[in-house]
Amino acid sequence: MAPLEKQGGTRIDVTDGALLPTRGDGRIIDSWRITIAFAILALLTLLFITKDPYDQIFRVVIKGAPLTFGVTAGAILGSIILGLFTGLGQIARGRVLNLIAGVYVELIRGIPLLVQLIFIYFALGKFFHLDGLPAAIIALSICYGAYMGEIFRAGIQAIPKGQMEAALALGMTRGQAMRLIILPQTMKIIIPAIGNEFIAMLKDSSLVSVIALRDILRRGREHVSRTFLSLETYAVVALVYLVITLILSKMVATMEDRMNKHE
Amino acid sequence: MSEKRLMVDIRGAEKDFGIVMALKGVNLTVDEGEVVLIIGPSGSGKSTLLRSINRLEALTGGQIFVDGDPLVGPEADIRKIREETGMVFQDFNLFPHKTALENISMAPMKVKGKTPEEARAKARELLKRVGLEDREKSYPGQLSGGQKQRVAIARALAMEPKVMLFDEPTSALDPEMVKEVLDVMLDLAQEGMTMMVVSHEMGFARAAADRVVFMDEGEIVEIAPPDVIFDHAEEERTKKFLKHIL
Repeated sequence: MAPLEKQGGTRIDVTDGALLPTRGDGRIIDSWRITIAFAILALLTLLFITKDPYDQIFRVVIKGAPLTFGVTAGAILGSIILGLFTGLGQIARGRVLNLIAGVYVELIRGIPLLVQLIFIYFALGKFFHLDGLPAAIIALSICYGAYMGEIFRAGIQAIPKGQMEAALALGMTRGQAMRLIILPQTMKIIIPAIGNEFIAMLKDSSLVSVIALRDILRRGREHVSRTFLSLETYAVVALVYLVITLILSKMVATMEDRMNKHE
Repeated sequence: MSEKRLMVDIRGAEKDFGIVMALKGVNLTVDEGEVVLIIGPSGSGKSTLLRSINRLEALTGGQIFVDGDPLVGPEADIRKIREETGMVFQDFNLFPHKTALENISMAPMKVKGKTPEEARAKARELLKRVGLEDREKSYPGQLSGGQKQRVAIARALAMEPKVMLFDEPTSALDPEMVKEVLDVMLDLAQEGMTMMVVSHEMGFARAAADRVVFMDEGEIVEIAPPDVIFDHAEEERTKKFLKHIL
């Protein structure tokens, strides 16, 4: 739950994702250091000191990483596009557009992600005969598009009203003003929030393991069914996710710091 | 002397905000080349009147013509009117992600279809005119308040407007920066630009304004040349208000 600060002090509260350590927050950065030190130490101990069976498990599980990253990256891209239109729909002056965007957001918010994922996956499979990978990416995009829409809406509304007025007064159309003036400024302030969503998405992408995609978790489950080493395997799976997530959190925080400095 | 062209013709303008009636049937005409200053207490409707002229506020009654073009009704072409009216805001409203030059050259390219070369050449000329030829690559965040407002004036002028609307252009400025903005406005007035200015800058009024309009509670109370209104106002409300600000 990291509150992300934009220029001028307006806050966009993001309700999902990792705790982002920024330089200004000593408490978070300390807990980040302790956690990543623990995670890496634990992983290295298991892999190089205990070795068997952990080195074997790690080699199996890590093969799922490209798929985990692929699904995450694809779904983030999809959800940004969907989120842009949802956010614009929410603030549009047309009542119908407001309703469509609003109902979509309410629907998605009201259904657990796992249930949505399974439902959309099977619904897509029934009508379009999609492969597992594109189906998973589309399903996650639809789920996250709603939250991304809220980020876009908040970001657009954080731009002072005078910007739109100045653009209109110069003779631009509403569309031009949005595209040339409002959205470029919006993108800048929501990039940290999108980074945060990326981290949340990476974790939630583990849900695709239930629809037969061989991501990190799925590889682990398959390994368990072969070897019955459940505790050992899931310990490695958890540590791998933890290390990836912590590193990404740090990257997002650094990016945010840099952007603030350029103000 | 030849007949002056009517540039802005406000007829019975009404604006009902629901809780307050911001404009209660305002009539005002501005000739080509005329400089009109609008004064009045806060909430008197002066900014609303100005913002109605390019429809940043939509009138709830009445009609406005800008150089003969109607603002309301089926024949209204709001984008044409907005191209013909330049507006300068209290808070500058420069685009923070664009350089000074881009701020000025953007609308001529996107709205008027000027080539980038034309638009940039014109923008440089305007920057020079407002005394900022060395700041074309600066972003608004790197400019002082007075410099921002001068860029904002140049941005509005780049559209080659027939009328310039100034909505409290110096109110957000530190005192030492007011003069540099007023000087630009003074030059503009002397070059014959039609201007409507919401401001309480009495020095500017005496130097440049042809007429001063005093508004109160959504109505025009008195219109007179600056020397007359400041020294011999007829209406009690005008005198009372002027005593507060002079």
